[in-house]
Amino acid sequence: MYPTTFRYTKEHEWVRVEGGIGVVGITDHAQKELGDIVYVDLPKPGTRLEQGKTLGSVESVKAVSDIFAPVSGEVVEINEMLSTTPEKLNEDPHGTAWLVKIRLSLPEEVSRLLSAEDYQKYVGAEESGH
Amino acid sequence: MTQPTAALKATPLNAVHRRMGAKMVDFGGWDMPVQYSGILDEHQAVRKNAGLFDVSHMGEIEISGPDAFALTDSVTTNAAANLKIGQAQYSGLLYEHGGFVDDILVHKVADDHYFLCVNASNQDKDYEHIAAQNRHSAKVEFASPRYAQLAIQGPKALATLQKLTRTDLASIGYYHFVDDAVSGATARIARTGYTGEDGFEIYIAPEQAERIWNAMLNAGQEFGIKPCGLGARNTLRLESKMALYGHEIHASITPYEADLGWIVKMNKGDFTGKAALAKQQEQGIARKLVGFEMTGRGIGRDGYEVYLGGEAAGWVTSGGPSPTLNKNIGLCYLPVSRAKPGERIDIMIRNQPVEAVTVPTPFYKRAK
Repeated sequence: MYPTTFRYTKEHEWVRVEGGIGVVGITDHAQKELGDIVYVDLPKPGTRLEQGKTLGSVESVKAVSDIFAPVSGEVVEINEMLSTTPEKLNEDPHGTAWLVKIRLSLPEEVSRLLSAEDYQKYVGAEESGH
Repeated sequence: MTQPTAALKATPLNAVHRRMGAKMVDFGGWDMPVQYSGILDEHQAVRKNAGLFDVSHMGEIEISGPDAFALTDSVTTNAAANLKIGQAQYSGLLYEHGGFVDDILVHKVADDHYFLCVNASNQDKDYEHIAAQNRHSAKVEFASPRYAQLAIQGPKALATLQKLTRTDLASIGYYHFVDDAVSGATARIARTGYTGEDGFEIYIAPEQAERIWNAMLNAGQEFGIKPCGLGARNTLRLESKMALYGHEIHASITPYEADLGWIVKMNKGDFTGKAALAKQQEQGIARKLVGFEMTGRGIGRDGYEVYLGGEAAGWVTSGGPSPTLNKNIGLCYLPVSRAKPGERIDIMIRNQPVEAVTVPTPFYKRAK
């Protein structure tokens, strides 16, 4: 379910690092919890983000959810596809529906994020915990 | 499988919702399904075919005895005298100051018996409010524990329900009801709803709820019926501009402000809140509910501020995507002089003004 090459946050974002660039998205668990996604608000390229601070937001029919930056750095690209087809986030959250690419300013942050195994355990606990 | 929190109230169908995989939420203290297959999917099912809702959280209050009419008419804004036996009307329960205690449906069961359907989270308050004004000797009963309520809504609602009852459903007029049976169980069958589609709301004994829920889903299978949650109920009612307590109406809002003047009958006898409404009619209202459509990118949602010419001027009461219109719509309060279609407004979305325009309502009206 959760790719082992990604790292995860407890706020349900993922990041995949390729040569100093972190590709960021939300997890399958997150899209399921949100339901039908109808709007995605992303920062402009060039925006500097700090780990744990708000990156943007995703809106389902019912509600707005903030997305938090899993890593610090500068936004170098956003996924333009999501402005016209936000529902792709429900269909392919770990693939084509990535949100932003960030040039990492503190690459060591990545190793402190959750592994796929730990994230799976975390959402498993969350799903049965309330 | 998650379990309901002990503090939450549950309908007789709670275990069924969980077994069927509904996503459950705390709705005003009730553990309720917010969605089954998805809000958009359920919304379209109701607009095109049929949807089934568990609305057993709604409250019921029975007023009976020789003074039933006098009490009912004196606590509600609409004219109970206009009701024939077997007819229902939308009405308001008001405080003396003219604000809403609740919005309700009044059904006339007999000359000496009125049956009220009230909002879930207001039912205790409503009962106390009515009982406290019982200067007559009417019997006021908090009847919620005796009823489960199911709503079947959509163009195929009638054909679905007709399979389960001998009552000729087509002969029940809009906002009328009959007391008969569904699947052999005693049922009050009302042609009412909260979706803007044709459909029925049925009141049954709680112990019959699961059997009848299943029977309705089976009967509607050939029409593509879907079990629906409160999420779709909300998008459906918003498109039809039906008020939701706590949003469009509450203790500080009067019927005139909420564009619900039609449920107030000033030419009837005295009723709680009448004097305050008369004064408001004389002085004029300051704010009024109006519909809007987002023209900029963004979704105006409940509680967001509305700006007119750079100044804070009102607030959004309900807002979100309209699955039928494929637009982002909402309702908001604005100063009365500007609460008309065609005004350019800004909705403050995360501290950014986003353009919208006021529009005529309802946003959606079914073809009859």
